[in-house]
Amino acid sequence: MEARIGLRNTKSILFKSLIIFLAFVITIPLIIVLLYIIKQGVTQVNWHFLTKIPAPVGEAGGGIANALLGSFIIVAAASVIAIPIGMLAGIYLSENGRTRLAYYAGLCVDVLQGVPSIVIGIVVYFWLVKPMGTFSAISGSIALAIMMLPIVIRATEQTLLLLPPSLKEAALSLGVPYHRVILKVVVPCGFAGILSGITLSIARIIGETAPLLFTAFGNPYLSTSLSKPMETLPHVIFTYATSPYDDWHNLAWGASFILLLFVLILNIFTKLLTRKWKIQL
Amino acid sequence: MEKKDDINSFAKKAKVTLQMKNKRLDLSHSQMKWETIFRRILIVMSVILLILVGGILITLIMQSMPSIKSLGLGFLWGKVWDPVNNIYGAYPFLIGTLLTSFTALIISIPFSYAVSIYLGEYNSKGWLSELLKNTIELIAAVPSIIYGFWGLFVLVPIIRSFEAKIGVAPYGVGIFTSSLVLAVMIIPYAASLGTSLIRMVPSPLKEGAYALGATRFEVIRSVVLPYTRSGLFAGILLSLGRALGETMAVTLLIGNTSQLANSFKNIFFGPGNTMASVIANEFTEADHTVYLSALIELGLVLFLVTVIINVIGKRIISGYTNN
Repeated sequence: MEARIGLRNTKSILFKSLIIFLAFVITIPLIIVLLYIIKQGVTQVNWHFLTKIPAPVGEAGGGIANALLGSFIIVAAASVIAIPIGMLAGIYLSENGRTRLAYYAGLCVDVLQGVPSIVIGIVVYFWLVKPMGTFSAISGSIALAIMMLPIVIRATEQTLLLLPPSLKEAALSLGVPYHRVILKVVVPCGFAGILSGITLSIARIIGETAPLLFTAFGNPYLSTSLSKPMETLPHVIFTYATSPYDDWHNLAWGASFILLLFVLILNIFTKLLTRKWKIQL
Repeated sequence: MEKKDDINSFAKKAKVTLQMKNKRLDLSHSQMKWETIFRRILIVMSVILLILVGGILITLIMQSMPSIKSLGLGFLWGKVWDPVNNIYGAYPFLIGTLLTSFTALIISIPFSYAVSIYLGEYNSKGWLSELLKNTIELIAAVPSIIYGFWGLFVLVPIIRSFEAKIGVAPYGVGIFTSSLVLAVMIIPYAASLGTSLIRMVPSPLKEGAYALGATRFEVIRSVVLPYTRSGLFAGILLSLGRALGETMAVTLLIGNTSQLANSFKNIFFGPGNTMASVIANEFTEADHTVYLSALIELGLVLFLVTVIINVIGKRIISGYTNN
C-alpha cells in the first residue's frame, strides 16, 4: 500500500512538472520572435526612416512615411465607421437580449468573428473596388471596419450587462428619457470597458494584411486621398519581405518593429483598462 | 388708463407663460421623438449586422456562380490546378489547408492543454500566473505578417538544414514549416478559453475527490478534465477555425505551388498551397472570369467551413457560461 501511494504521488509530481514545462516552453518562440524583430528593427529606425518615402531600388535610404501615414488614415477611417455602429449594436444587444432580432444579430457577430480576413477582402473588393474601378483606401477601411465590429459589439454588450440595473432604473425614475439614460448614464459608466474593446479591436486590425491586399493595395508614394490606393505598415512588410533586395528587407524589419511597438502599446493600454472590468474579450 | 396698462402687462405675462409652457411641452415632445428615433437607430444598427453577413454570403455565392456552373462539384476534388490551360481543381488546396491546420492543431493541443491546466488549476493567482497569461495573450496579438516574415528569414534556413539531414528535398518553405508557425499562433485561442473553463470547475467536486484520497493528478484526470471536456473541445474548434483561415504567415511560408507531390512525405515537407494562400497570391492576377470565380469559390468554401466551426464552438461555450 505504501509503495502504491508512493507511485501515485510520483505520477502526480511528474504530471505537474510536465504541465509546467509545456506551459512555459510555449513562450520561448514568442520571446525569440520578439527579440529578433527588436534586434533587427531597432537599428533601422531613425528620423529619416520615419519621415521619408521609399527610395527606388538600388538607391540607399528611403523610409516608410507613406505606410505610417496610410496605416493611420485607414485605421482612423475604419474606427470612425466601426465604433458608432458597434457601440449602438452592442447597446441593442445588451438592452434587448431576448428578442428574435437580438438572437440573429448575436449569431451574426459570432459569424463575423470567425470569417477569415482574406474572405472579407474578396467581398469588399466586389462591393467597392470593382464598382469604383480602382483600389482605394476607403475600401481598405471598410474591410478593417468589418473586422473591428464584432470586437466592439461584444465589448460594449458585455460591459453594459455587468452594470447594475439599479443605475438605469434610478435615472428612468427621475423621468429622464431613454436615450439620455443610455447615452448620459449607462455608457459613461461602462466607458472604460467599451474603450478597452475599441483599443483591442484597433490592435487587431492594425496588423491585418490579408484584407488590404485587394482593397487598399499599396502605393509607393505619399497619399492622403481616401479614393486612391494607399500603403500600410503590414502591406509594406509583405511587399518588402517577398522582394529580393537586402535594403528592402532591412526596411521591412524596421517597419515590423514599428508595427510591433504599436500593437504592444495598444495591448498594454487595453490591459490597464480591463483590469477594472472583468470582461472576456 | 392705469388699469389698461395693468391688463396689457397681465396679458403679456400670460402670453409669455403660455409660450414657456408650450415650449416645455414641445421639449418633452421632441424628447419623446428622440427616444423613438434612438430606439429605431439601435434596431437599424443590429439589422445592419444581418445585412452585412447576408451580403457577404450572397456576394460570395453570386461571384462564384460562373465557376460552380462550368466546373460543378468536381471542382472540389479535381487534382490539377492549371489556370493557363483553364483547368481548375481545388484538391491540392484542400489537402494543403487540411494538412497545415491539423498538423498545427495536433502540435498545439498538448501546449494549450498544459497552459489551461497550469493557469486554471495549479497556479491560478499571483504574479507568475498573470505574467504567463499575458504572455500567451501576446502571442495572439503579434500580427501574422510578422510571424511570416520572421519564419521566412529565421525558421526556413533551420528547417532547410533539418530537411537535408532527414533526406527530403530541402526546400525550407512548405507545409511542415507553415504548420510549425501556425501551431504557435493558434495556441492562445484554446488556452485562454480552457483556462477560464477550468477555473469554473466547482471546488466541492474537487474537494470530494481529494477527500477520497485522490492525488492532484487523479483529480485533474478524473474530475477537472471530464467536467470541462466539451468546453476544451470548443476551444480547439476555435483554434482550428483560426488555422484554416490564417493567410499571411502561411502565404509567406508555404512555398506556393499548386502541384501535388507524388508521395505523402514529399507533400508534407515540400511546398504547397492552402485555400487562403492561393487566394492571396492569385486573386489580383486572375485575368478571366472562371479563374477569378474559382478562387472566389475557394473563398466561399473557406467561409462556410470556418463559420460552421466557429458557431458550433461559440454555442458550446455559451452553453457553459449559462449553466
